Amino acid sequence: MEQAVRARRLQKRRAFIKRFKQTRALYWFIVPGLLFYVLFKYYPIYGSQIAFRDYSPFLGFWKSEWVGLENFTRFFSSPDFWKIIKNTLVINLANLIFGFPFPILLALMLSQLSNQRMKKFVQTVTYAPYFISVVVLVGMLYTMLSPYSGVINVLLKRMGLQAVFFMGKKNLYVPIYVLSGIWQTSGWSAVVYIAALSSVSEELHEAAIVDGAGRLKRIWHIDIPGILPTVMTMLILSAGQLLTIGFEKAYLMQNSINIDVSEVLSTYTYKRGLVDGDFSYASAVELFQSAINFAILVAVNRLSRRVNDVSLW
Amino acid sequence: MKFFKRKSRGDAAFDLINGLLLGLIVLVVAYPLYFSLIASFSDPQAVYQGRVLLLPADVTLRGYQKIFSDQSIWTGYLNALFYTFTGTCLNLLFTIPLAFALSRSELPLCGVYMKLFTFTMYFYGGIIPLYFVVKQLKMLDTMWALILPTVVATYNLIIARSFFIGNIPEELREAAFLDGCGYLRFFFLVALPLSKALLAVMALFYGARHWNGYFEALIYLNTERKFPLQLVLRTILIDSQAALSMTEDATTVADKQQLVDLLKYGCVVVSSVPMLIVYPFVQKHFVKGVMIGAVKG
Repeated sequence: MEQAVRARRLQKRRAFIKRFKQTRALYWFIVPGLLFYVLFKYYPIYGSQIAFRDYSPFLGFWKSEWVGLENFTRFFSSPDFWKIIKNTLVINLANLIFGFPFPILLALMLSQLSNQRMKKFVQTVTYAPYFISVVVLVGMLYTMLSPYSGVINVLLKRMGLQAVFFMGKKNLYVPIYVLSGIWQTSGWSAVVYIAALSSVSEELHEAAIVDGAGRLKRIWHIDIPGILPTVMTMLILSAGQLLTIGFEKAYLMQNSINIDVSEVLSTYTYKRGLVDGDFSYASAVELFQSAINFAILVAVNRLSRRVNDVSLW
Repeated sequence: MKFFKRKSRGDAAFDLINGLLLGLIVLVVAYPLYFSLIASFSDPQAVYQGRVLLLPADVTLRGYQKIFSDQSIWTGYLNALFYTFTGTCLNLLFTIPLAFALSRSELPLCGVYMKLFTFTMYFYGGIIPLYFVVKQLKMLDTMWALILPTVVATYNLIIARSFFIGNIPEELREAAFLDGCGYLRFFFLVALPLSKALLAVMALFYGARHWNGYFEALIYLNTERKFPLQLVLRTILIDSQAALSMTEDATTVADKQQLVDLLKYGCVVVSSVPMLIVYPFVQKHFVKGVMIGAVKG
């Protein structure tokens, strides 16, 4: 018995080595990429131990003193903590509630267009904003929403209304952030759903037509269930980004008036770390963010697997 | 007539409403871009008076003259072109072969690599340690800092791998190997020629990131003449003081404000044009060619 097990193990190992030798050439393809992941992904993860040290330029990054959780407790007890967490969550939840359904609707509407040229035209136009930079996007916001020269206010004034200083109003920050995001990314995010819709079975639709089902009924009973796994996947992915807000746009839209609602984790990390040089503290903030994100992702993924059999892994 | 009879009344109403809504969406999406274009050719005074809504009014090229005579914009433009080209080439050089190798199920430990790579999508060390890695590699204030730390985007890697799995079947490899191909020749002579759609889409994804991004440049570069366009634009579009300094030949405050606005619209156009011209050519591959595999995989 023992011998048989050993023999089988040996055989397995031999087969593995043989497979290794046969695919040797593939390592030319893999080594550069592997090197990238080690150097720029895993090495920084290893380096995030700076969050548990007190960075000192004299001792260097790898030799600074250990301080345990001090940087974390400093963050949790700082007056900024709740404000920043709240701002981050408000923006992301608003994005999720108002921004998430939009691409799905757009994809469903597009799939109902029978004229292929129209379809292509609408797609070309709605993708376009995705390919302009956030610098340009925010620049356009400032210019077009400007109280004296912006086109929106010019129109408002023409209609006899008061001009509004849109970018200088605290309570308009989140709506502008979310709406401009919808404007810029909806068309692009719809691509995934369009792809999912194009693999929904034609036969189901034909059968439904024979049974006399109208458009709305077919969307509701065929299309939506067909793309539901994709929707769930995207939802899990955004749940895993609950504490992440892209630095570029948030930072550009920030000004002294809206700073109370616009300071989020990414901009805070940048300022405390790379501007002020409090590297350990900033790294602790980032590590906290990454850990919470990851925990939420795992939890939501597990829930989704149990409830509707969709999961990332 | 026959066509109309086939449609039920409900469906016809649905089509009408759907078409109208999509038309509205197209208008809302396209208008700000169109407006920037016509405003960049119009006298600012006409814009303030609300006369520039559908067509340019009092056409002027002052904004563009100013932009094209500005040294920092030119430098930024050339830098961005150079970074985008070099960066995208390296992106493809790293990503495509890696994705190809990972798409071959006979590769030992294939699943382990994939798990290792996708994990970094969900958990990351953060920008602070990465900054120190870049510093340690002596890449601060060089273009390599903008290129190497993002040379493989895991999301793109997954898309490319799914494409290879879906489009380069195992039978093809067996046939090629019977003809005496090894992996290298199989990749270059069989797989790559079948993957033009993938290459186009990947080049666009990566290229757009290089052209449009400013974060890496902001944290890694110090020397002004190395700045890419977006970083230069940031000061012009968002920090009005910087834009005002470009208008010293204008005499009055109002005159300056006008020129600043004109400059801004012009910059929006000048910096967005390359991407907006390129992407429609690649667009047809988005759904059919590339994303289907990603959705299923």
